[in-house]
Amino acid sequence: MKQNKVLNFLLNNMVPIMFIIICAVLIPLSGFSAGYLLNEIITRMGRNTFLVLCLLFPIMSGMGLNFGMTLGAMAAEIAIIFVADWQIWGLPGIVLAVILSLPISVALGWLCGTIMNMAIGREMITGYIMNFFIGGWYQLVVLFMMGPIIPIVHSSIKLPRGYGIRNTVSLLNMRQTLDDLLAIRIGGIKIPVLTFLLIGLLCLFIVWFRRTKLGQDMRAVGQDMNVARDAGIKVERTRIISIIMSTVFAGFGMVIYLQNMGNLPTYTAHSQIGMFCIAALLVGGASVEKASISNAFLGVTLFHLMFIVAPAAGTEIIGDSMIGEYFRVFASYGVITLALIMYEMKKRRSKGQAGQMLAQAQREEEAS
Amino acid sequence: MEKQGTPLLQMQNIKKDFFGNQVLTDINFTLGAGEVLGLCGENGAGKSTLMKILFGMDVIRETGGYSGDVLIDGQKVTFNTPFDALAAGIGMVHQEFSLIPGFTAAENIVLNREPVKKTLLSEVFGDRLNTLNYKAIAETSAKAIEKMGVEIDANMRISDMPVGHKQFTEIARELSKDQLKLLILDEPTAVLTEKEAAALLDSIRKMSAQGIAVIFITHRLHEILSVCNKVVVMRDGYVVRDVPAEETSVSDITKWMVGRNVEAPAAAPDKQTASAASAGKAILSIRNLWVDMPGETVRNVTLDVQEGEILGIGGLAGQGKLGIPNGVMGLYDAGGHVEFDGKEIPLNNPKACLDASLAFVSEDRRDVGLLLDESLEWNIAFPAMQVQNKFLKHIGPIALRDEKAIQEVTRKYIDELMIKCTSSQQKARELSGGNQQKVCLAKAFALEPKFLFVSEPTRGIDVGAKALVLDALKKFNRERGVTVVMISSELEELRQTCDRIAIVSGGRIAGILPASESSEEFGMLMVSQVK
Amino acid sequence: MGYVGIAEGLRYWMKRMEMPRLIIAGFLVLLYVIAPFVGADFPTQITNTINRFSWNAVLVLAMVPMVHSGCGLNFGLPLGIISGLLGATLSIQFGFTGLLSFVMAIVIATPFSVLFGTGYGTLLNKIKGGEMMIATYVGFSAISFMCMMWLLLPYTSPTMVWGLSGAGLRPTISLEGFYDQVLANFLHIKIGNFEIPTGSLLFFALLAFLMWLFLRTKTGTAMTAVGSNRVFAQAAGINVDRTRTLSVILSTWLGAVGILVYQQGFGFIQLYTAPNNMTLPTVSAILIGGASVNKASIPNVIIGTILFQGMVTMTPTIMNALIHMDISEVVRVIVTQGMILYALTRKPEGGN
Repeated sequence: MKQNKVLNFLLNNMVPIMFIIICAVLIPLSGFSAGYLLNEIITRMGRNTFLVLCLLFPIMSGMGLNFGMTLGAMAAEIAIIFVADWQIWGLPGIVLAVILSLPISVALGWLCGTIMNMAIGREMITGYIMNFFIGGWYQLVVLFMMGPIIPIVHSSIKLPRGYGIRNTVSLLNMRQTLDDLLAIRIGGIKIPVLTFLLIGLLCLFIVWFRRTKLGQDMRAVGQDMNVARDAGIKVERTRIISIIMSTVFAGFGMVIYLQNMGNLPTYTAHSQIGMFCIAALLVGGASVEKASISNAFLGVTLFHLMFIVAPAAGTEIIGDSMIGEYFRVFASYGVITLALIMYEMKKRRSKGQAGQMLAQAQREEEAS
Repeated sequence: MEKQGTPLLQMQNIKKDFFGNQVLTDINFTLGAGEVLGLCGENGAGKSTLMKILFGMDVIRETGGYSGDVLIDGQKVTFNTPFDALAAGIGMVHQEFSLIPGFTAAENIVLNREPVKKTLLSEVFGDRLNTLNYKAIAETSAKAIEKMGVEIDANMRISDMPVGHKQFTEIARELSKDQLKLLILDEPTAVLTEKEAAALLDSIRKMSAQGIAVIFITHRLHEILSVCNKVVVMRDGYVVRDVPAEETSVSDITKWMVGRNVEAPAAAPDKQTASAASAGKAILSIRNLWVDMPGETVRNVTLDVQEGEILGIGGLAGQGKLGIPNGVMGLYDAGGHVEFDGKEIPLNNPKACLDASLAFVSEDRRDVGLLLDESLEWNIAFPAMQVQNKFLKHIGPIALRDEKAIQEVTRKYIDELMIKCTSSQQKARELSGGNQQKVCLAKAFALEPKFLFVSEPTRGIDVGAKALVLDALKKFNRERGVTVVMISSELEELRQTCDRIAIVSGGRIAGILPASESSEEFGMLMVSQVK
Repeated sequence: MGYVGIAEGLRYWMKRMEMPRLIIAGFLVLLYVIAPFVGADFPTQITNTINRFSWNAVLVLAMVPMVHSGCGLNFGLPLGIISGLLGATLSIQFGFTGLLSFVMAIVIATPFSVLFGTGYGTLLNKIKGGEMMIATYVGFSAISFMCMMWLLLPYTSPTMVWGLSGAGLRPTISLEGFYDQVLANFLHIKIGNFEIPTGSLLFFALLAFLMWLFLRTKTGTAMTAVGSNRVFAQAAGINVDRTRTLSVILSTWLGAVGILVYQQGFGFIQLYTAPNNMTLPTVSAILIGGASVNKASIPNVIIGTILFQGMVTMTPTIMNALIHMDISEVVRVIVTQGMILYALTRKPEGGN
C-alpha cells in the first residue's frame, strides 16, 4: 500500500521531478555560482510569475491552457507604445500603461472567448491560432497604422520611413521602476519587493476569487457544462469572463515583464510569451485541467533555472552554446506535448474496467 | 391523506403529438399534497413525455407544445422552461445524474443557489463576486439530508461516491428547495442496491408525511405497492387505470401495462410450421455472455437460436436486450462464448462476425448505422465491399471500386425496399428516419448473410414505414432462409413478427415463450428480475 | 444548357464555395484586374503564381489522407518535412548529384517517414479527438529536437557543414549541382516572360492522380469511411486504428516528398526552425480550397494552392504599387489564420 503511494506520487509529479533532475545535472556543469543563480532566478520570478498566474482562470473554467493569453500581452504592448510616445515615464507611466491596456484586453478577451465558445472542445487550438490571427492585426496596427492613422508624436520610436513603430522601443526611463521601488538587497541579491507584493496580491485575489460565486460557477462550468447549464448557470458568459480575466491579467503581467526588461521588442515580445508561460506552469506540475498557485511558483523556478543553465552546460558538454539553446526550446515544447498527451489519454482511460468487473461477478456467480 | 379543497396537481385532458404521431391522449389525474403516486407503463407508454410536460422541458415547446391544462393548487400554469416549474415548487430527479463530479455533495445540493456574503467588490462588480457562505452551505445541505432521512456524507466528493449516494444527493438537492411541493422521481431505484432502495422508500414515506407529493416512476412494481397511495397505469399514451394502491396487485398492474387485445393471433400460421420444421438445430449458441454496454448491461446470458426462425428479444429499456447483439457483434466489450454453425466466433471482433456471415442492423442509426455524409451507394455497398470484396474491379494488382456495380445494387434495394430518395447518390442524412432504416436493412441484405441481428428496426419511424420494414424482414427470412433475431421494445411488434420471443430482464434471459403466448405472461417476465 | 442551367450551376457553386472562399477568390480576381493598371507585368505575375503553385502543391496534397481518415488537419506536417530533410541531407552526404540526388532523397526519406508516421499514427490513435493540438506540439518538439541533431549528427559533406568548425549543418544549403530545378526544367516552357515549370506540374499531377486512384481502392474507401463515421467503419469490420495509421504514414511521406519538391523549386534546403513556417500556410491553403476539418478532395488541393499562392505572389506587387506600403505579409497572416479559425469554429459534419 505504502509503496503504491510512493509510486503514485512519483507518477503524478513526473514532470517536476524530471526537471529537478535535469537542473541537478546541468547546474554543476554550467559552473554558475549559487549567488548568480539566485539573483537570476529572483529577477525572472519577478518578471514572469504574474504572467503565469493569469493562466489559472481558464483552467478553472475547463478551457484548458490559454494559448490566447498573448492577446493580453499585445494589449499591454500597444499601451506601452502610447505611454512611451507621450513620454510619461517612471511609475506614472507604468500605471498609465496598465490602465490603457485594460480596455484593449477586455475587448480582445471578449472576442477570444466568444470565438472559443464557437469551438467547444477545441479551445486550445483555437486560442493558439487566435494568437497568430490577432498577431496579424497587431502588426497591421503597429507597423502601418501608427503614424498615418493613429497619431505618433515622437519620431524616436517611429521607423525612419515615417510610419510604423521601430523594431525596438526603448523603455530605459521606466526600466525596473517597479522592481527598484522598495527593493532590498541581501548579500548582493536584489529582491524586487514591490513586484513580489503585486504578485502576492494577485495570489490573494485568486485564493479569494475561488471562494466567490463566480469562481464556484467557473469550477462548475469547467467540470460539466451541461450540468451547470441545467442548474441555471450562464455557461457561455462564465467562460467568456474567465478568458477576459486571463487576458486582462496577462496584460498587467506583460507591463511588469516589459518594465523589467527595459525595452520593447515591438514585433517579437509576445510571440514566445504564451509558450514559455504555459511550459513553466506545466513544469510546476500543473495539468490541462488542474493548476494551483504553487504549480506556478515551482514551475517558474524550475523552468527558468533550466533556461539559465542550459546554454552554459551545452557549451561545457559539446562546446556549442546553441545546443543548450535548442535543448531548452525542445524541453519547453516537450513538456507541453507531454502534458497534452497525458490529458487526452486520461480522458479516455477508465474504459474497460467495467467489463472486468462484470466478468468477475459472473465468475463468482458460477462458482457459488 | 385527507382531501383539503383543491388538490395540489391536476392534469386535465393533456394531449401531445410529435409531428402528427399521437403520444398522449386525454390524460387526466389529480394528486393531493403529501400523496404518493406510482406511475407505471411500458417504455413508450408516454410516461416520460407526460413528465416532460409537467416539468416544462424545452423539447415539448420545440415540438409544438401540448394541449390540455396543468393546474397547481387550482391555478392553471404554463411552464416554458424547467426553471418556471422549479419556481412553482416542482422538482425532478432524472435518470441521468446532473451532478458536478469534482464538487462535494453539499456543493452540489446548493448548486447555483449558494448562500453568499456581500463583499466590497460585489458592490462594484455585481453579485457574482459575492463570496460563498460555507457555513450556510453546510447548514442548508445538512437540513436537506436530514429531510430526506438517508445518511450521506455532505463533504464527500461526487466522483468518490457509490452510485446510490449520487442518487440521494440529487434527491437532497430537490428537497433543499424550500418551495418544493411535488417531487418527480424517474426510476430512482434502478441504480440502487436493495438496502438503498429500501432506504429510499422510507425516505419517500417521510417526504409524504411532511406534505410533499411524490410522483414515483418505476418498473419495480412491488415498490409501488409498498409506498404509493395510488397507482396510475399508462399504455399507448392513455391512462388505462387510476386506482388506489391497496386495491391492486403486481399481476393486475402487469396486465394493465401490457394487456392489449390478447386474443389477436400472434404470428401467421405458416410461420409456425416453418419454425417447427427446422426446430432442433441451433445455428447460434450463446454461452455465458456478458456485455459491458453502458445502460444495457448483459449478465451471464445463455441462448440458442434455431436455424430459420425469427427470434424476438424483448424487455424493458435498460434491461440489457440491446447489449446482446452489440456484444455478439463486437461493438461493445464482451466475454463468454458464441458458436455459429458449429464454429466458435471470437468476441470483440466485428470483422470475424461479418466473415462468418452474420450481419447486424444497429439500433443507433445515426452513429453506428449510417455514413450520414455519404451517398446511399456508399452506405449500402460499403460493408459488402470491405468484408466480401464485392463491387470491386481489378486492374492489375489494384482493386478499385466498381461504381457501376455499386449503383446497380443500390438501385435494386431502393426498388425492393421502396426507399424514397432523389437518386442513389443522395446523402443518407437527407432521408427521413424510415427511409434511413431501410438503407440500414439494405446494407445488411447486401452482405447476403446467413444470420441477421436487427435491433429496434422500427424505432422512430412512422406506421407505414414500420409495416414495410417488418414485412421486408419476414420476406428476407422466409424467401432466403436467413435466421433473424429481432430486438424490439414493442412487444406487439415482436408478437406479430417472431416465432419465439425471449424476454430479457436485469441483464438476463427471464424466459423464452412462443409468440402466441398471452401478453400477461410476457409482462410478468419483463418485470421479473428488474434491477 | 441555356441561361437557366448556367444560373443553376452558379448557384450551386456559390453555395459550395462559402463566404470566406468567395472573398478570397474575389480578392485574387481583383488583384489580377488591377495588375495591368499599376504597371505589373501580367505574364510575370502568372508565372510567379504557377511557380509557387508547383513548389507547394505536394505539401498541400499531404493534408488529404489524414483529413480523409478523420485525423483532422495535419498540424504534424513537420514530421513529414523532417523525413524529407533527412532524405535530402543524407542524399547529398552520400554524394549523389543531379536528378539522382532527388530520387535518392525520396528513397532515403521513405523509411524515415514510415517510421515517424507509424509512431505518430499510433500516438494519434490513443488520443482520438484531440489530434490537432497534440499534432502541433509533436511537430514543434520534433523540430526542436532535430535542431540539436543537425548540429550533432556526423555530417561531413563540405557543401553542407559549417566551413570553420567542419561540423554541424548550415541553416541554408544551396542545391546548385544537386537537384535545383530538376523537375521544373523538364519540358520547361518559356514564351517571353511567361514560363511554365512543366516537370514540377507533371510530378504533382502524377502524385495527385495516384492519390485519386488510392481513394478509389478498397483501402481508400475504408479510409474515407473511417473519417466519415468511425463507429460505422468499425461495425463494418474495418480495423480503424490501422487505417488511421496508414493515413498518417501516407501524409507523412507526402510531406517528405512535398518539402523535397519545394526545395527543388526554391533552390535551397532550409534546416533548423524553418519547418515551423510551413505548417499553417499549408493547412490554410487546403481550407481555402474548400476542405473542412473532415473532408478534403484533390480539387480542394488545387484550388486552394492556386488561391493561396496567387494571393502570396500578387499582394506584394499590387499593394506596393497602390498604397506604397508592403502590407502583403500582414494580409497573408490574417488570411491564413482567419481561414483556420473559420474552419475550427464550424460544427463538424457527421457524428464522430
